[in-house]
Amino acid sequence: MQNNKKSAGAFFSGLVKQQIFIPLAALLILALFNLIMDPSFFKITLGYNSVGDPVLNGYLVTILDYGSELAILAIGMTLVTAASGGQDISVGATIAIAGSVILRMLCGGQTTTDHYCVPLIVAFLVAVVASMAFGAFNGVLVAYFRIQPMIATLILFTAGRSIAAWINNNELPIVNVNSFGYFGGYIPGVPIPTPFFIAVLCVVVIALVMKFTNLKLYTQAVGINESSSRLNGLNPEFIKLISFVILGICVAVVGLIKVSRLSTINYSVIAKDIEMDAILAVALGGNALGGGKFNIWASILGAYVIQFLTTTLYKFEVQSDALPAYKAVVVIVLVVLSAPVVREKLAGLGKKMKSKEVA
Amino acid sequence: MASEKNTTAKKSSWFKNVSDTNLLLTITIVVFFVMYLAAMLFLGSGFLKPQAFFNILNAQAALIITACGMSLVMITGGIDISVGGVVALVSMCCAVYLDFGGGNPYTAILVALAIGLAFGLVQGFLVAYLDIQPFIVSLAGMFFARGMTTIVHTNPFNVENEAFNKLKMTRVIIPGMGSVNKIGKYVDAYVEIGVVVAVLIVVILFCVLRWTKLGRAFYAVGGNQQSALMLGINVKRTKFIAHLICSLLAGIGGYVYFLHVGSGSPSHASGMEMNAIASSIIGGTMLTGGVGNIIGTFFGVLSLSTIQNIVSSAGLDQAWWTGITVAAMLCIFLVVQSVIMARKKKA
Repeated sequence: MQNNKKSAGAFFSGLVKQQIFIPLAALLILALFNLIMDPSFFKITLGYNSVGDPVLNGYLVTILDYGSELAILAIGMTLVTAASGGQDISVGATIAIAGSVILRMLCGGQTTTDHYCVPLIVAFLVAVVASMAFGAFNGVLVAYFRIQPMIATLILFTAGRSIAAWINNNELPIVNVNSFGYFGGYIPGVPIPTPFFIAVLCVVVIALVMKFTNLKLYTQAVGINESSSRLNGLNPEFIKLISFVILGICVAVVGLIKVSRLSTINYSVIAKDIEMDAILAVALGGNALGGGKFNIWASILGAYVIQFLTTTLYKFEVQSDALPAYKAVVVIVLVVLSAPVVREKLAGLGKKMKSKEVA
Repeated sequence: MASEKNTTAKKSSWFKNVSDTNLLLTITIVVFFVMYLAAMLFLGSGFLKPQAFFNILNAQAALIITACGMSLVMITGGIDISVGGVVALVSMCCAVYLDFGGGNPYTAILVALAIGLAFGLVQGFLVAYLDIQPFIVSLAGMFFARGMTTIVHTNPFNVENEAFNKLKMTRVIIPGMGSVNKIGKYVDAYVEIGVVVAVLIVVILFCVLRWTKLGRAFYAVGGNQQSALMLGINVKRTKFIAHLICSLLAGIGGYVYFLHVGSGSPSHASGMEMNAIASSIIGGTMLTGGVGNIIGTFFGVLSLSTIQNIVSSAGLDQAWWTGITVAAMLCIFLVVQSVIMARKKKA
């Protein structure tokens, strides 16, 4: 009997040590909370949207929909965090820039259009290049000028939305083409929101990249110890730069989804506070915010958990402007729990209890 | 102009001997005077009256106070981006208190200090004793403060409180600096109470940093934590105090801001943390810690607002230009700092 208990305990402590345990536990707590408060949270219904296509409705679908944006960002943010030991806080502003570029290309400088002025793929690629360039700007400041990542990205955080407005001369172009709405909505006949498929695509791509290149190994090496990675023949500056450029690509994809949802843009509101969510996703995934080892899958799961939290808060009619206050509390609890000092104290406490039991 | 050239010439001969703090301070002060003189020469009218200068002070008093706190934290090697949120929260709480509670403006100061103290205690504890990255802590602090501001009251509103309005309109007249206005009447130059508070804080902090044990400890901790520890400095307590003072100053700055605008709104002081950081950096405070000067920060704020004034009087009045100029200026100064320090290391 006692033996059994011990092995169960060992299994449990083994599970606790797994990085993916933190987001899973958080997800479980949130799901239980919702189940107790109001089980209808989990209801999914098949309905029809205004065009007459079948769509799934329900809170879970919303989480899948909006969580996907966050998951895509979390991929890039995890890499940046791991390589540079800091976070990029300009993602929201860069999303505004990417979205603005896409609309500018599609509308060809007019305020409204009912056909694409350039093929969609061209507009998207230009946006990708633009946000890669802004990512590289951040990356150069961080890697070559050795400025702390959060300060370096603070520059774009301030200027980004202004640049986005400037690209379109402060106008709000509208794209009246049905197919443009597919990326942030539904493809006719498919009841699952498209952002989910885009997120899956991104995850597959990054999985392949990590499988066939040394990206993961090199990034972790640079994050753990920059000078020893240099002694091992890596180029830490270049790897940091690469991580920021990859985040740039992720940002462009999210920018496309964001503008597709509205078919237009609102410079001061689009992707507001998303940097907080993205950082939170990385932290919730159990990744060290100081750089080093990372687990992309945990971050992606973390992103969906964050969206779960947001949707739960919305359901209980928390104002959107007040949301950050609740999330800030979650962040503080998370970082306090993951702080090495606290962990040591907790571990010490556990040992004391055990030794008492033995005595 | 001659004196400027002199300083620049001196600077190059100094270059190897001068301390980092003084080198960056010199650059800042030179940049400010060159910019202001250029504005006087090329844009004329608006910048010629002394009151134009005092108006900059009036508008930026709160920023000067918060930027001083920010510099202090940055000297110890940390950062605090929650100051803008704290300023907004303080002005909203004071506004609600004065409007609905009918309290007097002097007890409102206590409200402001209490909010600052609360943020300072929590953030300082998390940063210093739990060793969590200051950026993450204060990012959470910023979002918490912004969210709380909305929870306290959703819509912006003006305060109608007689005692408060009286305090708000109180002006300190500066003798001998007045000018004759368009209809030929002599108008005295004035500053608001906030400016007096700001200047007082600058002077006190300057003295503390230069001549007290605690002040030197800030530099020691920022320069090298390990060596500071070996010198017998209580590193954790020093960091804690720095964050505490910063949030407290943000609280005071919040009240000064409130005194200047006389209203509460969730969108108040948006981007103020950014301006405070930018002023500190322009003022020669290094992000890596251990280098910085409060006088520099003061000039940093002045440079920042001068360039904003120049941008707006040059006809580039669209809102986005301000954001872009501030960011560009910050970027230039960051890069210059980084390059100078790299060169100095080599030399």
